[in-house]
Amino acid sequence: METQFLYTILILALPFCSFLFLGLFGHKLSHKVAGLIGTTSLGLVFLLSLYTAFEYFFGIGRNVQGIYQALVPYNTTWLPLGNLHFDMGILLDPIAVMMLIVISTVSFMVHIYSFGYMHGERGFQRYYAFLSLFTMSMLGLVVATNIFQMYLFWELVGVSSYLLIGFFYTEKPAIAASKKAFIVTRFADLFFLIGILIYGYYAQTFSFSFVETGSVREFASAAFMLPTALFLMFIGGAGKSAMFPLHIWLPDAMEGPTPVSALIHAATMVVAGVYQVARMFPLWIAYAPDTLHIVAWVGAFTAFYAAAVACAQSDIKRVLAFSTISQIAFMMVALGVCMPLPNGASPELIDHEFGIGYMASMFHLFTHAMFKATLFLCAGCLIHAVHSNEMSAMGGMRKYMPITHWTFLIACLAISGIPPFSGFFSKDEILEASFAYSPVMGWVMTGIAAMTAFYMFRLYYGIFWGTENKEHHAECHPHESPLAMTFPLLFLTAITLVAGFIPFGKIISADGLAYDFLAHFNWALGAKSCFIALISIGLATWIYKGEKQPIADKMQNAAPHLHRWAFKRFYLDEVYQFITHRIIFKYISATIAKFDRKYIDGFFNFLAWGTHELGFQIRGFQSGSIQKYAFIFFLGALALLLVMIL
Amino acid sequence: MDYSQFLHMPEEASLLAVILILFLADLFMCKEPKDGETISQKPSAINVVAIGLLSIHTLINLLPCCNGCMQATEAFGGMYQHTPMMTVIKSVLNIGTLVVFLMANSWLRRPENIVKQGEFYLVTLFTLLGMYFMISSGHFLMFFIGLELASVPMAALVAYDKYRYESAEAGAKFILLALFSSALLVYGLSLIYGATGTLYYSSVGALFSGDTLLSVIGLTFFLSGMGFKISLVPFHLWTADTYQGAPTVVTAYLSVISKSSAAFVLFTVLVKAFAGDSLMAEWNTGLYWIIIASITLANIFAIQQQNLKRFMAFSAISQAGYIVLGIMGGTAQGMTSIVFYILVYMVANLGAFAVINVIEQNSGKIRIDDYDGLYETNPHLSFIMTLCLFSLAGIPPFAGMFSKFFIFMAAFNAGYHWLVLIALINTVLSLYYYLLIVKAMYIKKNEHPIAQFQSDGYTRAALVICTTGVVVLGIGGVFYNYIDTLSYGIDKMLGAL
Repeated sequence: METQFLYTILILALPFCSFLFLGLFGHKLSHKVAGLIGTTSLGLVFLLSLYTAFEYFFGIGRNVQGIYQALVPYNTTWLPLGNLHFDMGILLDPIAVMMLIVISTVSFMVHIYSFGYMHGERGFQRYYAFLSLFTMSMLGLVVATNIFQMYLFWELVGVSSYLLIGFFYTEKPAIAASKKAFIVTRFADLFFLIGILIYGYYAQTFSFSFVETGSVREFASAAFMLPTALFLMFIGGAGKSAMFPLHIWLPDAMEGPTPVSALIHAATMVVAGVYQVARMFPLWIAYAPDTLHIVAWVGAFTAFYAAAVACAQSDIKRVLAFSTISQIAFMMVALGVCMPLPNGASPELIDHEFGIGYMASMFHLFTHAMFKATLFLCAGCLIHAVHSNEMSAMGGMRKYMPITHWTFLIACLAISGIPPFSGFFSKDEILEASFAYSPVMGWVMTGIAAMTAFYMFRLYYGIFWGTENKEHHAECHPHESPLAMTFPLLFLTAITLVAGFIPFGKIISADGLAYDFLAHFNWALGAKSCFIALISIGLATWIYKGEKQPIADKMQNAAPHLHRWAFKRFYLDEVYQFITHRIIFKYISATIAKFDRKYIDGFFNFLAWGTHELGFQIRGFQSGSIQKYAFIFFLGALALLLVMIL
Repeated sequence: MDYSQFLHMPEEASLLAVILILFLADLFMCKEPKDGETISQKPSAINVVAIGLLSIHTLINLLPCCNGCMQATEAFGGMYQHTPMMTVIKSVLNIGTLVVFLMANSWLRRPENIVKQGEFYLVTLFTLLGMYFMISSGHFLMFFIGLELASVPMAALVAYDKYRYESAEAGAKFILLALFSSALLVYGLSLIYGATGTLYYSSVGALFSGDTLLSVIGLTFFLSGMGFKISLVPFHLWTADTYQGAPTVVTAYLSVISKSSAAFVLFTVLVKAFAGDSLMAEWNTGLYWIIIASITLANIFAIQQQNLKRFMAFSAISQAGYIVLGIMGGTAQGMTSIVFYILVYMVANLGAFAVINVIEQNSGKIRIDDYDGLYETNPHLSFIMTLCLFSLAGIPPFAGMFSKFFIFMAAFNAGYHWLVLIALINTVLSLYYYLLIVKAMYIKKNEHPIAQFQSDGYTRAALVICTTGVVVLGIGGVFYNYIDTLSYGIDKMLGAL
């Protein structure tokens, strides 16, 4: 155990304490004090995470060979079960430390932002308590030392997401959305749990330190079970990370407060699935490379589907939600296109051709968290200003909200992949990995990247240029948000501006060895993707920038069905409704319910009646007569003697 | 005689010192209630002294648990034995007694009790001393002295409210049946002596290699006597009447401290003195049926009860069945899980009793349907009661779930799969009747609910200790692992044979 990192326990303890304190005594505090307590503890967590990262990456994280090692500052057995045991601890390795930075940064910004956004809301203290709970759970998830601890925090994250989506619990849609999110992810988590149990049964460990335990090698004998276990875990990850067809909860989750969407449904919780696959990556690449193809293609289809839907939405948060789904799918694809090293290949190859997807995925996770949080927080500012999510209520907003306008624009450029913004670099790595996997995948992903640029600029022009809703604006007087809300925007935008130049390859790579990313940079591919993105943006500008939008209307009229299908998200929710309500509930559940009511309940009622009657009959034993008691005592002793002799 | 041997028994010495100081203090601090004074609100000096001294004693005994300098020792030629595990169980009993003292306060301050407050503390501590000796005994004679020291004063405690008819009756029943069971137990011991010519556990264990009829009868009577103390079916009949009649605080003490110490002793004596293979098989068979009967019958009776104290009596009988489940097989894992179970059971049960007691003292109500709508008037008490009942029923994430889990694991690993299954089914049944009370408090409506009141500081301290225990012990493993590091003690005991 590396005791010099023992202070990392505080990273978990601080938000937990603030959750307990605000949860128990919050109602006695004023809004301001409660908010300050939550924000201060998060600020400390932010500083501690930065310090940890600094110590880890520039201090003792690297061993003599220059490989970043996994450090375990703290580990304790929580539940011993013979050979297997459930541990609780803290694991620091490059991806865990990177996630610490992502989570604490975004969470801290959201804490500050919420001061302005949630100002005067009922239940302000409860909101901060839940935010603390969420942050604690998410941090616990990323530093887990074993898959079971990860699962526990995974569920906690789900619960806090449920609580926060349904924060406005008096509004029907919010409640429905929170239930939907919880049920869908919980359904997927069932598979995750089964995967964990299969894995635990065969590998005889839950730990992430695959190499040291050596048990994985024995595991390989059960050649079929390991890919199965990993695939089941991936289903759990697909639920949390909103992969098709389990993505349906995420768009609805936008009913929650917008800062919550920025934190949970854009930057942190939804990437838990990607993180989980990355965490188990050594196992995937070594024992289940074929199953990895499924991950890649599920990701690619999700990316395409979500991008197509995003082109037709009118609610700005829905566009961003679908864009999030699409971007997370990019990360999944990047992991999926990694290939095992062919026998006898030199280790340099793994950096360049084979392991690049892993690095690209984590890189994109980082940059995406920053610019997507910015976009959501901008959306929050806009909603705050015009009191509506619909694009029709906006238009021409650049005049009223200059800071929001510029930060939104930069984030849009980043997500579209325009240099020098961070998204360009990470997306380019993903495309490169996809081309290395197969040209088809490469071109598909490039196409989706072009769609991304298109719908993001459609959104941008729809909000800040386009047709202004003058009547509405005269009514609500849109104005720039207070400093508490603009500061996080500026801070995150600053990160978006510089994050692309972080030498990520040096920090995170599939085998821990640093690899120079500039030396391997594929300039031709970079130029190509940049060019395609520019064309898409130009197209969006041509169609949507003007006051009148004749081309857009014409397009809509030319293919009305396509537009309506995309707007209705290809009726996927209706399909789910149909399957669950019309088929499962009506035919299967109703039958089972009838059986349950008649026979199962009947059986238990009979049991209850029987016990009651029996109790009534044998009340005589408990007569209160002491002679009788002594007599029964003696009989009991004799009976015991008989039992033991016979 | 080598007097330095007394140094090997610091826990007993410290407790005896507490008793002697209290004895003297009581002479000077006892005071008559003034006329017209109903319930004195001021804490009297003797309360403070008793609770303070016991706290100091508890802390002193906890110290070796914390710094880990515990050793197994022997004194007086093996009459007195001591292992680190015994320090732990004695500390657990100390904490439990402390909680009982805290919650006793509101009852002791009643005008009719105010003169005899000191006696309550003294008599209780004497029984505790008896349990200490019982736990640390290495010889059946020592064990019997400890047992009697723990049960004769107990009768005085049960009959403490002697002006109350029920209390006096309960005391009489208790002492008569206790004597009966002791007589049987001594008879069993005499048979053992007749068979082996010694009463040292280790020698008895060595000589009892096969099973003669004499040894089995001796074992049976020993089991019956202990079954009475732990209130296992069919030796449980005194329990409901005594629990109902005794003052609530004494009921709490009986149901937790007395029972737990006896269960622990049963384990150690069985493992030390009856460890021969065929005898082991025999007591395992005996306990097997006792456990099934205890858990199941107690559950059936508990569903019927209307009086809360009677209800808790049956709940305690079924809990005793679970505790004894850990004895099956006599494994080190069983030892660990029993001690952990006792700890968890103690906080949950004492918490529930503290609530029952404070409500009884303030409103005189003790029936389950009096608790209807309690949540409306006393939400905090209802909440604590709910937590404790959840823990008793074994609902996660409270401590009770983990203690049950560990004890089931131990029995399962010892090979008693069917027994564990029956116990599991009974857990579900028990859920039903524990939830009946929760339902009464939260859901049922009541025209005349128990009036709102402010509980006194001592009770609140007791409730805080218990609630913290119920929640904090829920992280299970840490404490379990700590106890587990000590349960090599049992292997040592076996090794000594």
